Order: sequence, then C-alpha cells, then structure tokens
Amino acid sequence: MKLSLGPLLYYWPKQTTEAFYQAAIKSDADVIYLGETVCSKRREFKARDWINLAKELNNQGKEIVLSSMALLEAPSEIKVLKQLCENGEFSVEANDLGAIQLLSERKVPFVCGPAINCYNAHVLKLFVNQGMQRWVMPVELSRDWLQSALDDAQKMGIRDQFEVEVFAHGHLPLAYSARCFTARSENKAKDDCELCCIKYPEGRTSHTQEGQQVFVLNGIQTQSGYCYNLLNDVESMHDLVNVIRVSPNSMESLAILSQFKQQILGAQQQFKLDDLQCNGYWHQIAGLSLQTSL
Amino acid sequence: MELLCPAGSLPALKMAIDCGADAVYVGLKDDTNARHFAGLNFNDKKLAKGAQYVRDHNKHLHVAINTFAHPGSEKRWFNAVDKCVDLGANAAIISDIATLDYAANKYPELELHLSVQASATNTAAIDFYKNNFNVKRVVLPRVLSIHQVKQLARNTDMDLEVFAFGSLCIMAEGRCYLSSYFTGESPNTVGACSPAKYVRWQETEQGLESRLNDILIDRYQPDEKAGYPTLCKGKFTVDNHLYHALEEPTSLNTLAILPELMQAGITSVKIEGRQRSPAYVEQITRVWRAAIDSYQQAPENYSVQKDWDVVLANVSEGSQTTLGAYHRDWQ
Repeated sequence: MKLSLGPLLYYWPKQTTEAFYQAAIKSDADVIYLGETVCSKRREFKARDWINLAKELNNQGKEIVLSSMALLEAPSEIKVLKQLCENGEFSVEANDLGAIQLLSERKVPFVCGPAINCYNAHVLKLFVNQGMQRWVMPVELSRDWLQSALDDAQKMGIRDQFEVEVFAHGHLPLAYSARCFTARSENKAKDDCELCCIKYPEGRTSHTQEGQQVFVLNGIQTQSGYCYNLLNDVESMHDLVNVIRVSPNSMESLAILSQFKQQILGAQQQFKLDDLQCNGYWHQIAGLSLQTSL
Repeated sequence: MELLCPAGSLPALKMAIDCGADAVYVGLKDDTNARHFAGLNFNDKKLAKGAQYVRDHNKHLHVAINTFAHPGSEKRWFNAVDKCVDLGANAAIISDIATLDYAANKYPELELHLSVQASATNTAAIDFYKNNFNVKRVVLPRVLSIHQVKQLARNTDMDLEVFAFGSLCIMAEGRCYLSSYFTGESPNTVGACSPAKYVRWQETEQGLESRLNDILIDRYQPDEKAGYPTLCKGKFTVDNHLYHALEEPTSLNTLAILPELMQAGITSVKIEGRQRSPAYVEQITRVWRAAIDSYQQAPENYSVQKDWDVVLANVSEGSQTTLGAYHRDWQ
C-alpha cells in the first residue's frame, strides 16, 4: 500500500503553501496531489504555479498528480482545466465529468477523484476504457461497498487495470454549492468575498445549538464537522486498497502520514480517537459515527 | 417551452395533466429514484394507468431513474429502464453512468435525459454525456446563475431543462453527502435526503426541537413556524453567532426570470415536488401554465401577477421564495 497527500482543500497564503510542500517532499507520502479543487477565485497559486510546483517537486521520489476543480460553472474555469489537462507531463485527478471528457479526448491518463459519482464496476470499466488509472472512491461509501464493486471488477476482468485509493484522514468534502458559506458567515456576498477564506486555514467550524460540531465551512465546500480517521482500519484495507489518502490541514498532516506508514508496515497500533473524530462511512454507518473496538 | 410537473401518485399525475402540464415525471416504487418515500410513487398497475392517462391526453411521460446503481444490484436499475420502455414513456431521466450505458446500448431509440443528480454544469460535462450516451436533454443543477445558464445555452446545442419552482437544493445535486454523514443514507445511495425515519420532534423548555438521527437541527419558539428538518436548512452557530449557516427554509421561484429563460431557449421548466400532494400540484401547475401562456401571448406585457405569488408563497417552505443561485446576490 502507498500513501498519498490529497489536494490542499483550504486557501493558504502562497508562502505557507510553498513551505508546506517543501516539507511534504520529505514526508512518507508516495503520491502528492497538487491543485485548487474548491474555488477558482483563490489565486495565490494559479494553474501555472501549480504546474511549476509539480515540476519542481518531480524527480524527488514522489508521484505528482494535478488535481482539478469539482464544480465547474464558467467558461474561464474550463480554460484553466484545459491548461491542466495539457500540462504534457503529469496525470490529472478529475473531479468533474467535464475533466474526464477533456482528458480522454487528449488521451491523458487520469485519477477519478472523490467528487465523481462512480458507484459500481460498470462505471469503473467505462472509465478504465477512457484512461482511468486510479479510482478514489466517493467518501460516503463503505468497505463493504468497495468490496462488492471490486468483486464485480474482478469478474469483468478489469481489476488489475486500476488502483484504488481511499480518503482516510481529514475533514471529508461532503458538498459543493454555488453559495460561499465562508463569505456568508462574514455576511458578505460571494462576489464581494474579499477571499476571506484565507483567514481560516482549516475552515470555519459550525455547531448545533447544543454545541455539536457538525460542519466545517470551506468556501463553497461543506466538510464534515468531525475529522475522518481510518488509522485503526488499515488492516481491513489490505487486498482492497492501493493508496491511502491523507487530506492536508497543517504540518501535522505529515506526522499523520508517518502514523499510517507504521500501520501499513504492520504496527497494528490501536489509536484512541477523540470525540471530534469519526470513521462511520468505512463501517457502513452514519459518516459522523465512530466505531471503536477499544 | 415545456411545463414539466411532478407526480408522486396517480391523483397528482391526473391533476397535473388536467391543469395544463405538457409533461409529467414519475418514479418507480423502489430505490431507483430520488424520492423513495413510503406511500409515494408508482407500482406497475398504477404506472400503466398513469401512462395511459398521459397518452390519452397527448402529453408526455418522463420516468426518473435518478439514484446510483449499487454494486451487485445493477439489475434493479436496468429493469427500471426496461419498464420505462415497455410503458412507452417518452423519456428516461437517468443519473448513473452504468444505467445510461445500459439504456443507450439496449434501447438506442429511448430518449435519455440527464438527471440533475448527475450534476452536469458545464459544456465539457455535457459533451461527455452526449458523446457517450447520446443524451438528448440535460437537467441543470440549481447552482448556476441566470448569467451562467444563458452562457451555457449559447455554447451548447443540447436541450436544457431548468428547475423553475419547488424545494431549493442548495448544493450541486448528486454531490451532496450531508444526509449520509448524519444518517448513513443519502439521495445517491437510498434515494432520500434527511429521511423521515430519522426525524424526531420534541417539546422542550427551550422550544420545539427538530432532530435528525438525534442531531439538533432547529429549535422553534411558539410564534415560529416549524419546518421539516432538512439538514442544510437548520440553524447552526459559527463563532457563537446563531443563524441558518447554509440556507433558510425557502423555496425556489423563478417566475420573475421566466422571460429570460424563454429568450435563452430553455426547452423545459421543471417543477419540483413528487413528494407533495395533488393539491400542491394543482396550484403550481395552474400558476405556471398561466405564466407561460401569458408570456407567449404577449411577451412585452409579461409581469408576475400578484395572485400567482400569493399561491406560490402559500405552498413554499417557510412561506418564502427565492431566486436562489440564479441571482448572484444569493450566492
């Protein structure tokens, strides 16, 4: 099993981002995803900058993949997507069917990202024929669901034609809207957002009236209030999962990668997860639930 | 422009046709459609009757097969397509790529509409569905501004259908897992958002509380009107400030921009609400029929009539309506 560092979902100042990836290159990640997937107004790093960063980090023992946006609404956003698809060097994580269209037209191999609705092996087969090399399962799916889909893929004779990646740590991207919830939280309209999400490097938390942390607001993206954590489930991933994804939220994510590395190597350590963490989806129960054997 | 109305039952279907719908859309009685609620939708017998009624009145029938096929159970979704063809329906509204692939290969003559749950918001995504499955129409997600809708209409020859009225989904449809995060069940996997079996109402000292799988969604004072606890319309805090952090309980209403939709060449306006009563279907259908006819008879004189707004507000969530994402300020 390999480890990946998912695309940065938050909006950080350019220097912070650069420093993060300089550190990431020395981390236990085998694969690093680079790119803006949430909002095209975030331009501390433009598409060209991400591609340059990819080139810079390449040849340092990591596989680099360029990630693309999940919600594409404007022709200008398609233009940026084309730029990524035509980078000529790196594979691309598609997070919208529009990206799969452009990538398959150009015969560029791709990763099917978690924002694409791929729920069964028939879809996997179709995507494999169009150039998919890796599938990041939708975050709401379970181990059982994955097992069934892969059993079917085996029967179809395509199981060895793609890798499987699972989002295993971080706040889960749960929804995308036209509305910017961070701007709304500051009583601003999206068109006048002043890129205020840069003030919240790990998003803004939102609670019920009883104080339960239910969401993290990250621009137009709504994330899980709890941090998804499958550190105790690595053993159940053997033979199913090729790549474990850690979604970056700070330098701490690099330490999380090391913990996963130990688990992959067979440490079988049981981590005590606190009440702001969850693992429900993997266990086919409500996403925010925490199934624990402790 | 086609007026497409919802029918969750045979009486609602008849009502829609009688009140001026050009087409109705229905779902089967299982988890192949995104309004999989108890007591709703059509068994084979009712469906046959409904289809006959639509045919007798020379209107169109669309069948929604708009959830995602579970591995190992794809047959259920494929059977739904077979049924749609046997019935002589005019179109199937599909979201799952496996189901689209099946329909396109087995029934090249069947007209395929891309469900809003497939979340196609741009020309490249539309091209994907057109090239691979010969999709004839795309239902646009409720995340685009009217400017973006017009832009899209200019840049594609695909027939476009937009949501005109009804419950407002504020997330890109088909890509929202909030419901399964709270309950384990989502529109994509079981065909329901914030499913009723997880809803609990409780009178407390702080007011009437609505909960979804035990999570507090809202708390109402005696003078406040309580609404169904769709989780994105709950009241939550951000930095101790309590408000509708995602969206107020409100319905989408596009009567005001009907002329713009017409001029953009939108093929069909869709009314949301298969889960609503025949009385709802009757009122909405009458108002929208009147609005479309009024525009077509004298475009220059079109204006939203007060009595239309009154009718629509009465059947709206929280008794209020919005242009939603069509209007940039909402975003």
